[in-house]
Amino acid sequence: MSYELRRRLWAALLILGFFAAWEILCLVLQVSDLVLPRPTQVFATLAARFGILWPHVMQTLWTTMIGFVLGVTVGVVIGAAIGVSRTAYDTVYPLLIGFSSIPKVAVVPIFVLWFGSGATPAILTALAMCFFPIVVNIATGLATTEPELEDVLKSLGASKLDILWNVGLPRTMPFFFASLKIAVTFAFVGSVLSETVASNKGIGNVMMTASSNFDVPLVFAGLFLLAALGILLYVAFSLVEAHVTGWATRRQGFASA
Amino acid sequence: MSRSEALPQGHPSISPAIAPAIAVELSQAAVSFGKPGKTVAALQETNLRIAEGEFVALVGPSGCGKSTILRLTAGLLNPTRGAVIVGGREVGAKALRIGMAFQNPTMLPWLTIERNVMLPLKIVRPFRSDYRAKRRTEFRDRVHALLADVGLDKFANHYPWQLSGGMLQRANLCRALIHEPSLLLLDEPFGALDQFTREELWGTMQSLWLTRKPTVLLITHDLKEAGFLASRICVMSARPGRIIDDSAVVFPRPRTVEMTFDADFVALNQRLRDLIIDARSDTAIQGA
Repeated sequence: MSYELRRRLWAALLILGFFAAWEILCLVLQVSDLVLPRPTQVFATLAARFGILWPHVMQTLWTTMIGFVLGVTVGVVIGAAIGVSRTAYDTVYPLLIGFSSIPKVAVVPIFVLWFGSGATPAILTALAMCFFPIVVNIATGLATTEPELEDVLKSLGASKLDILWNVGLPRTMPFFFASLKIAVTFAFVGSVLSETVASNKGIGNVMMTASSNFDVPLVFAGLFLLAALGILLYVAFSLVEAHVTGWATRRQGFASA
Repeated sequence: MSRSEALPQGHPSISPAIAPAIAVELSQAAVSFGKPGKTVAALQETNLRIAEGEFVALVGPSGCGKSTILRLTAGLLNPTRGAVIVGGREVGAKALRIGMAFQNPTMLPWLTIERNVMLPLKIVRPFRSDYRAKRRTEFRDRVHALLADVGLDKFANHYPWQLSGGMLQRANLCRALIHEPSLLLLDEPFGALDQFTREELWGTMQSLWLTRKPTVLLITHDLKEAGFLASRICVMSARPGRIIDDSAVVFPRPRTVEMTFDADFVALNQRLRDLIIDARSDTAIQGA
């Protein structure tokens, strides 16, 4: 356990050191807070304006989460179809690659054109950003089922659905949760992106407004909030992952526990 | 149509009243792969009859179509020509009570050994409808009894990665037998194990067979293994395969590893070895 403790201590020290170095360098080199505010200024701004910032945090959070949930749903359905059927793979995959290689900034104006500014384009951009890694991971998980095991089950008279339910989907879980962690941060990027382009709410919008007012500490306060939210969502899904797919990480004493 | 009518003519010596029922019958079954006009023959017209309760080993050079015969029997593959009859009816989409085990034990890593072995009961009729109700009672006891037979009762709640290769293969045999199949298909199940573990598992396999008497079709590269386990050995020629020798193994049971050093046993091995070497060199000449 002492190793674990030391590792955490070092991680915490690195973060603290990063902020300390930033603070000291800004003071020594006398950097204007119009260019790069010191961390203490950013935290002060955060504390002072938290009441105003909070609704925007919630706005970004819920658009992200709705976009994420929709993205996961779409991703799982497409991924399962592609992973099970060779024909679906061959027909759908080229289109998907094409779609995923479009920079999503370019899609936001189209969403705004169709649905107006606000929450809808934010949700859709989050969806568009996050579904692809899920499709790829689910499809990979399903495609790596051992052919011998499939033969064993088929000879027992198992239907395709039986195999998918008992073997395919559980096998996909580690891939799925690994992709959830990535997808949730992508969804976050998507909704903030949309907010910076077309919205009057959300952290992205706050940052855009603040930068046009040269309120640089507030821009950085927004950045810190985004980082904090991103870490929070990542940690949440890591915990779920460890709980659901512990079998994939061969920890000592896992089975006897 | 009765079963005797389904069988091909020409076996007057076997009277249905005395002879044991036929579990597996391949009649003129042939398999070729590829597009029409550019086909590759995997199996030549093959005739093979396995009586109920027989233990048949299939040996031959690699790539000769042994696994093709196994897949035909399991109903995983349809013959290009001829017929495959298992349990008195033609193999098709219908579910049969078959147990299968391969060289790769393919235990599911997220399930305990107990649940892995129980998997067929979740899928095969009539067990599947009772699975939810009985998985913690009757089915569990059944799995534990079978695991005890192969010496794995203490490992029921372990996960596959905690077991050695030999133990996993024992669990694999249990999974193939838990639903009491009348036909057991084994594709080199002991091929990846070390010599001593393999010999140990021969003993386990033999006692499982002696107590349950399923019909077994075993594919193996190991002639000693074939001689130890089988009541009949079929030798196949090189690809495209056909059966070139079919002989009974008469050594008394239970057989022991010591018996494999007897002169009779060694002579059998020698004969099988010569047959396979001949089959191999035939293709080498054809290919040259």
